[in-house]
Amino acid sequence: MISFSPSEDQQMIVTMVKQFATDEMRKIYRHCDESGEIPAQIIDKAWAMGFISSAIPEKYGGTGEEHSALTASLLAEELAWGDLSMTMHILSPSLFVVPVLLMGTEEQKEKYLPAFCGNKVQVATAALMEPHLNFDASALTTTAERKDGHYVLKGSKCFVSLAADASAMLVYANEGGKTQGFIVEKGAAGLKIGEREKNMGIKALPTYELTFQNCKVPKENKLGGDKGCDFNILMNSSRVALSAMAVGVARAAFEYSRDYAKTRVAFGEPIASRQAIAFMLAEMAIEIDAARLMAWEAAWMLDKKKDATKEASLVKNYADDMVMKVTDWAVQVLGGHGYIREHPVELWFRNGRGFTTFDGMAIV
Amino acid sequence: MIDFELTPEELKVIKDAHEEAEKFARPIARYYDEHEHDEPTEFIERLWQQTLQGQGGSMIGLGVGAVLRIEEACWGDAGLYLTAPGSGLGGAAILQSGTADQQAKFLTRYNQGNPKWGAMAMTEPGAGSDTAAIQTTAVRDGNEWILNGEKIFITGGARAFNNPGGLIVVWATVDRAAGRAGMKPFVVEQGTPGMRLEKLEKKLGIRASDTAAIVFDNCRIPYENILGSPEVRSTDSGSTAGFRRAMATFDATRPIIAAMALGVARASLDFVKEELEKQGVKIRYGVPKSKLTAVERDVMDMESAYKAAKMLMMRAVWMMSQFKPNSLESSMAKAKAGLATSRITQKAVELMGPLGYSRKWLLEKWMRDGKINDIFEGTGQINMLVVARRVLEFSSRELK
Repeated sequence: MISFSPSEDQQMIVTMVKQFATDEMRKIYRHCDESGEIPAQIIDKAWAMGFISSAIPEKYGGTGEEHSALTASLLAEELAWGDLSMTMHILSPSLFVVPVLLMGTEEQKEKYLPAFCGNKVQVATAALMEPHLNFDASALTTTAERKDGHYVLKGSKCFVSLAADASAMLVYANEGGKTQGFIVEKGAAGLKIGEREKNMGIKALPTYELTFQNCKVPKENKLGGDKGCDFNILMNSSRVALSAMAVGVARAAFEYSRDYAKTRVAFGEPIASRQAIAFMLAEMAIEIDAARLMAWEAAWMLDKKKDATKEASLVKNYADDMVMKVTDWAVQVLGGHGYIREHPVELWFRNGRGFTTFDGMAIV
Repeated sequence: MIDFELTPEELKVIKDAHEEAEKFARPIARYYDEHEHDEPTEFIERLWQQTLQGQGGSMIGLGVGAVLRIEEACWGDAGLYLTAPGSGLGGAAILQSGTADQQAKFLTRYNQGNPKWGAMAMTEPGAGSDTAAIQTTAVRDGNEWILNGEKIFITGGARAFNNPGGLIVVWATVDRAAGRAGMKPFVVEQGTPGMRLEKLEKKLGIRASDTAAIVFDNCRIPYENILGSPEVRSTDSGSTAGFRRAMATFDATRPIIAAMALGVARASLDFVKEELEKQGVKIRYGVPKSKLTAVERDVMDMESAYKAAKMLMMRAVWMMSQFKPNSLESSMAKAKAGLATSRITQKAVELMGPLGYSRKWLLEKWMRDGKINDIFEGTGQINMLVVARRVLEFSSRELK
């Protein structure tokens, strides 16, 4: 039965996250962007809120009930409304946890998940993207080859969040033409972590380029064991998560430019009283809502275990374009002021541009 | 709980409506496009029989299933869909503004006897989107109202005018000086002296549907045919009860127009995908943009625009079925669906080349048909204005 009404639990989560985003993230996001650093204290607070452990079932030490991509995308929108760098930092462990939860063997779940249910922040990440043109997640150039009871990883990765601090990471590699995940623990021989990358946006999020030089991984570390994982489902989950975050970033930019347009006076009246500005804002509102509802539908399909490839791909493409347009227009509504770093719209504009790049950088 | 699962009943409604559209609308779609004012008698009779069996739907108070049925019907043919007998937009206004007695008196006829039509007359030669500027007057004379003025662009106006049992809801002012406050809806029965069918319009598309101009020349109607209160009251917001009711009618009808638009858009989209598949082109979802062909990207853009509009439409309808105020959401849906359909149908003609432009196929027709959805029941721009005022919390004075 069709319904667009979040459950009471979901509404409570949204309210709680919105509060956190308003009281904590929004207070420091500009400083974080300028300094390139996120205070540990805010990451601790977010950890204590249980964004990660609430996704993990009780039998592995978590507090979670059934994992829901829909609930996670509601949460992701609110966090991203607060700040995208911090969101990706806070949710980085789920790049590891969610695939293990969805695709891992029982042994992998028992071995790795409990560590994410404690009081102390457990950093983890995943490495998918590669530093070359025509990157295609389903045709990776990083390879995994089975040899004498283990796997050998070769190749380069980029945009790996928190790689330097991660206790474990999921590395995606091409095994006989298929993309599979491999759990690589901190300090693995043959894993070289490069310098921190410098990006146009998400400047407060540390990301790294990695090289795998004959990096040996025990055979039991292949995600899902011998039968492997269904990477397509993970990609779809990632598309939904990123779409929800794009909606959050766009909404932040829309709200700010809307409020600005209502108070900024030109020719004797607020600029929002002119259709040239008002219609931009109306279109921004429409596009944001449309993308959000599309993301909900794709998330709902994931939760129902339906093949969401079409819906997830469509919403990802749509949300990528939407967030670019909305953040661009937000800068435009502010005119010269939008270009100045005293206002946040330029930051959202830079972050918004990234969504066409951020393949696999979030998962729910 | 957010849910996108259609009920078995809704799925059946869609399936039946789709089969019906395929079997009965598609085969005659071209004929009634080329023979603009011919009457599709058999088609109408078929629809009427369904209405008599309780399978028809009024224009208002619709649930998700009914709106999805409209999408399928317009996938078949939007022009033919608009010929469907029923109380139409006139009925929507009566349901929105009429008393229980008026509803019983005017609406029960729509599921008995011969096929009948209802219509709504709002637009005038000098007043389109600016509905508050209408010039048609209603003057009280004892137990009667006397209507004078000219109404144009009345969808289904000729069928309502010509067929016994028809009625037209006419918006007229009882006090021009009062502006919007003076605007009232009046029910005029078919055959009332002083009401004259002036003209049948020739249109770009939806040619099976009649669009009429009707003149009211000292047209006398019973006093009790006014819908709602005859009093002219001003309210703080500068708006008024009568005008608000007119606008409330649009809240209910805009999602329906969005559904109609989506039916036409999907007809084009389905055709394009089928033709591409015949030529060995299958759309590869989940492949990076840089690896897609231009055609694949175009089709995916069309599909996601369709999807975006559909989601907005579904939300607006769902809100209506839950009795939640949906003025913002229905205008969002209408603005998006109208524009998306124009773009999708135009792109479809482009992508299919000669297949698209030739009248041998229906793509060029769908492009012409689809365009109406960006115009009637409020142009795309008027809907943007409604959305803008809502999101800015600006009155019509603050945002003109």
